Amino acid sequence: MGPESLEAKQKAAIEEVLKAYPEKAAKNRAKHLGVGGPEDESQKTCGNVRSNKKTVPGVMSQRGCAYAGSKGVVWGPVKDMVHISHGPVGCGQYSRAGRRNYYIGTTGVDTFVTMNFTSDYQEKDIVFGGDKKLDKCLHEIDELFPLNNGITVQSECPIGLIGDDINATSKMYAKKTGQTIVPVNCEGFRGVSQSLGHHLANDTIRDYVFDGNPTILGEPIEVTEYDVAIIGDYNIGGDAWSSRILLEEMGLRVVAQWSGDATIKEMVQTTKAKLNLLHCYRSMNYISRHMEKEYGIPWIEYNFFGPTQTVKSLRKIAAFFDESIQAKCEEVIAKYQPMVDAVQAKFRPRLEGKQVMLFVGGLRPRHVIGAYEDLGMEVIGTGYEFAHDDDYKRTKDEIFRSTVIYDDVNEYELEAFVKKLQPDLVASGIKEKYVFQKMGLPYRQMHSWDYSGPYHGYDGFAIFAADMDLAINSPVWGHSKAPWDKEGEA
Amino acid sequence: MQDVNNIVNGKDLFRKPEYKAVLENKKQFEGGMGAINPAKTEEIAEWTKGWDYREKNLAREAITINPAKACQPLGAVMVALGFENTMPYVHGSHGCVAYFRSYFTRHFKEPTPCVSDSMTEDAAVFGGLTNMKDGLKNCAALYKPEMIAVSTTCMAEVIGDDLYAFAIAAKEEDAGEFLAADFPITYAHTPSFTGSHITGYDNMMHGIMSQLTEGNKKEEKNGKINIIPGFETYIGSMRSVKAIVESFGAEYTMLGDHSDQWDMPAGDYSMFAGGTPIADAKDCINADATITLQKYSTVKTMKMVNKKWKHAGGFSNPIGLKGTDEFVMKLAELTGKDVPQKLKTERGRLVDAMQDSYPYMHGKKFAIWGDPDFLIGMVSFLLEMGAEPTHVLCNNPARGWEDEMRALLDTSPAAAAADCHVWAGKDLWHMRSLLFTEPVDFMIGNSYGKELMRDTDVPLIYIGFPIFDRHHLHRYSISGYDGALNLLTWITNKVLDQLDEDTKGIASTDYFFDLIR
Repeated sequence: MGPESLEAKQKAAIEEVLKAYPEKAAKNRAKHLGVGGPEDESQKTCGNVRSNKKTVPGVMSQRGCAYAGSKGVVWGPVKDMVHISHGPVGCGQYSRAGRRNYYIGTTGVDTFVTMNFTSDYQEKDIVFGGDKKLDKCLHEIDELFPLNNGITVQSECPIGLIGDDINATSKMYAKKTGQTIVPVNCEGFRGVSQSLGHHLANDTIRDYVFDGNPTILGEPIEVTEYDVAIIGDYNIGGDAWSSRILLEEMGLRVVAQWSGDATIKEMVQTTKAKLNLLHCYRSMNYISRHMEKEYGIPWIEYNFFGPTQTVKSLRKIAAFFDESIQAKCEEVIAKYQPMVDAVQAKFRPRLEGKQVMLFVGGLRPRHVIGAYEDLGMEVIGTGYEFAHDDDYKRTKDEIFRSTVIYDDVNEYELEAFVKKLQPDLVASGIKEKYVFQKMGLPYRQMHSWDYSGPYHGYDGFAIFAADMDLAINSPVWGHSKAPWDKEGEA
Repeated sequence: MQDVNNIVNGKDLFRKPEYKAVLENKKQFEGGMGAINPAKTEEIAEWTKGWDYREKNLAREAITINPAKACQPLGAVMVALGFENTMPYVHGSHGCVAYFRSYFTRHFKEPTPCVSDSMTEDAAVFGGLTNMKDGLKNCAALYKPEMIAVSTTCMAEVIGDDLYAFAIAAKEEDAGEFLAADFPITYAHTPSFTGSHITGYDNMMHGIMSQLTEGNKKEEKNGKINIIPGFETYIGSMRSVKAIVESFGAEYTMLGDHSDQWDMPAGDYSMFAGGTPIADAKDCINADATITLQKYSTVKTMKMVNKKWKHAGGFSNPIGLKGTDEFVMKLAELTGKDVPQKLKTERGRLVDAMQDSYPYMHGKKFAIWGDPDFLIGMVSFLLEMGAEPTHVLCNNPARGWEDEMRALLDTSPAAAAADCHVWAGKDLWHMRSLLFTEPVDFMIGNSYGKELMRDTDVPLIYIGFPIFDRHHLHRYSISGYDGALNLLTWITNKVLDQLDEDTKGIASTDYFFDLIR
């Protein structure tokens, strides 16, 4: 398919999708859909799409909420702290251990990530307020989990509506006990998506981790010239570990991981790092900018998906350091190149030319494009659940061809785009997975790595390649058609 | 480094020496006790296993840890998906809906359609009327459902939105463009801070049954039996129940039949599959009888059916032999027919199987948790096999459940003597203490038992909801005689697996590693 015809098909698909909406909704959604390209004229975004606006009511949006952004993404993976889902029972239950934030620790004793702590609000707490209950929760947690290194209070919707003062309760308890208590006003109705929750959580890291002077265990670590921190890697399936190994091999010292497999001590000592390495820009650019301003730590974005981007990023990181690091960086690249070549030789012939449509959150809608292209695959559609203009602007630099850009795409639209553009693989989340698999389309979850991973770094790329091959070339997709089906029937 | 001929994912990758070194090296920067002073972590870990810890743990009044329950709208979404071409619509913020959809999808490995009207801060201040007007219109236009069933999140409940008035206003404003005057918009208030997912099931079922039947009461009965499955997560159970009713040749309406929705064949995807036809639901008030299979999930609904509608029927829980017998007898009574030979044969086969396997379940101690009705049925079955349900834990007990469970345990001399405990309103962190201090042989429960299995070494038999990490179990039945046979098979074979596990020591214990059992 030539580039013109792909673009024409993409534009036609958008027009067709919009026809199904009532007028007001169509007008709104039209602004969130577009066709982008590497030479795209839009200044601040990609495909001229608008983003970070309220979701149209009554559609099946894939978006989450501020609580999901704070508890689920930013704070939840900090392993030596207890995170209370403060409010009714549901939120904590639905989000329990869903993101595969790997960590090492004795769960329930010195680490708590996969557990669900909730204040389980009842009607009386709503009517009379729950501040006393929260205070009691904090006491009980400290009694039963004496090795916790702090507690965060993750507000659910009712908290802000009934006028509970979690900030005062937390402050009083912290003063009394010397504990680190972090109240986060991340009620689910705040903002338009999980994005605001990231921001609110970042702000509380600033206020309670950096400015709060928390007690930390063990000696503070001595500073070296080569200290870096990984920011915005949630260690899904172990991603941060397969990134960390490369940085260490090139002579850097990774003093902190944010926030996958993180401890609060690592976060505290990040203020002494020489360089912050930011993977998920969307969820942690706020705290990176703060550290730049307040502590003079520069930050750079990097991308460890696929060898092309990994090589670029490794060199970009090395350029911040002296020649010894740069030399070692080249050694690392050279060391892994034969493995990369072998992976590409094995899988490229099996995947060449296969088309992919993506819909994810955070950084992946742009960051993983390179990894697919490294396998000879073509990304023809992508979009974000909760991006802002600056994410779309960055996307423009990572796309290779005419690409449908859909912001906050809903189930109806994604299904329509897929039917019209007929990709060979759809890569998105759990909610959409079985819709497309029912149609006989190979599918990979790109939030959880579909229970595989890691996908970061060189070792991760090999897994990524094997998984995409597994999905696309599995014999199971061939079984949908029964022997008695006539031609043209599924 | 990866070997291209043997690419491994994280499970084996991180066991390679270079990654072991990475993880070891990371510890110097960490502030967790495991990195600073591992002996202290071990000491505290030991302490959490004892009676002192158990007492402190059981004394908890405020914090819930690892609950075994969810919130109301989840149940409301299940009800809605049991009606033909019905879109569950949650009035509130969309984060909740993302959670409900993920939760069900992870369990069933099936799509779960559901929309929200995406309320945000302005709606919190001014109310969600505009969201509802736009939302109902957009939902009807895009997905073309035959009915929209509206439930609420806690946000909408706290600000006090009035669903009845909003639905009328939405129709008025739409003026028939997408929402015809007679288009059914059913609704229920489902505050997350009251009860649990089964309360939400009850409220939505009550809402749909009462609202759809308004003005439809006729002088004559329609000769049908209504069956309400309750918060049923076993697709096979629904089919077993239907097969039993059909074997009597009875006309029936299953109210809220989501068995096809969450069990779609591969091929063309359509958003909705199966479900109770709306016309049948509208007529359910004229049935001869209504049977609920989950008493505690349908308290409000059955109050209406019994007191207002004055239907015969009542409650029957077809899990286990006795439960199924009672269900069958009830149908015999309601239809005035003899028990069909087919069921007699099925029962005979089940009893035969129970008599084949009983030595393995007899006297074994079990811990079990789940919803109230599930527990009544499962404990009943365990007792029928001579097992001892040592810990029966329900995080969302309804009124009367604790007494009923106690009375059930007391019917078995063996169980009463064996000191069986009922734990109402407790969570799975309580269960952890119970398992350490008063150990059992096996646990029966959902995926949340996985960490208990890791911590306590008690084998977990996956029966319950949600089950995220084992496949296809929800396709089977746990109800009826065939369902009881599945339970028997799963439990017995897990006991046998464990027996092999315990005896496989070469040249030490494998004399008991028998080929034939």
